[in-house]
Amino acid sequence: MNRYLRYSIPLLIFAVIAAFLYKGLGMNPREIPSPLIGKSIPEFSLPTVENAATMVNSENLLGKVYLLNVWATWCVSCRAEHETLVHLSRSGVEIVGLNWKDDRDKALAWLNRLGDPYIINIFDQKGRTAIDLGVYGAPETFLVDSKGVIHYKHAGPISMELFNKTLLPMIEDLKRKG
Amino acid sequence: MRAFFLTLLFLLILPSSHASTLADYTFDEPGKEEDFRAIIEEMRCLVCQNESLAGSNAELAVDLRNEIYDMMKTGQSKDEVIDFMVSRYGDFVLYSPPLKPTTYPIWFGPLLVFVIGGVVLFRILKRKSLTQETKLSTDEQHRLDDLLKQSTDTRDDTQ
Repeated sequence: MNRYLRYSIPLLIFAVIAAFLYKGLGMNPREIPSPLIGKSIPEFSLPTVENAATMVNSENLLGKVYLLNVWATWCVSCRAEHETLVHLSRSGVEIVGLNWKDDRDKALAWLNRLGDPYIINIFDQKGRTAIDLGVYGAPETFLVDSKGVIHYKHAGPISMELFNKTLLPMIEDLKRKG
Repeated sequence: MRAFFLTLLFLLILPSSHASTLADYTFDEPGKEEDFRAIIEEMRCLVCQNESLAGSNAELAVDLRNEIYDMMKTGQSKDEVIDFMVSRYGDFVLYSPPLKPTTYPIWFGPLLVFVIGGVVLFRILKRKSLTQETKLSTDEQHRLDDLLKQSTDTRDDTQ
């Protein structure tokens, strides 16, 4: 018995290593945990996409639970995600856009052609606010509560499945808490 | 021809707001440039994850290099720059992970495996040396002597 036990040790070590490697195989290296969860969205003061003279700052966004969606017309995944965003906005989800390192005319043409799901669309041409948000690719979506605190971040396009499974329960919870 | 020279002149005086190669990042204070180089070498580009900020040409890497350059130009220290980056992008931007409970397995795991290996090796070697020292009983000694004698006898016979 003792001998079987001893011989099974290498097998056990192998099983542990294999389990870790197998888990690692299924993980997405693009999903980097954000240190901003639980923190307030950064201070900013930027124009809107629609109007270079209209300035928006972080305080203007207080008082509602919303999704902050980082997008750009040069981003292919944003194009794929857009229909989902339009669908969500029609069903009453409030989405704030952060147009990242983009061209104003192209952005406006995109919204005209594909529909505008955003309640406000912030124009971050230099990408400085995106750096403060720890953005490293588009699209990225943050869930922000009425006090401006970030509760969730998703890198990559949002699917209806992700929304229904993860975001919707969180949004309802945050709205209940006020 | 005139248009050509005008274009050339225009290109020459075109204001370059930011550095396009690493050599363009210059500092007046001595030592700052080394600090700057060290920081961008130690930081991961988040777009191409196997490149450092110094080595990557991704747009975000360029923006972050410029940001770090501006911070250091305005007198911020190396630690302040690292804090700035970590508070936005997390420990992931650092190539060498900081020492804290969640990273203990990375830092001490190899040492632990080494110690376990050492203990196992030590025990195996010890057991080997023990078996070598085993004394024969008088009976066994007699048998051994007999066998040795026999073998020399046979050898003598064949010769």
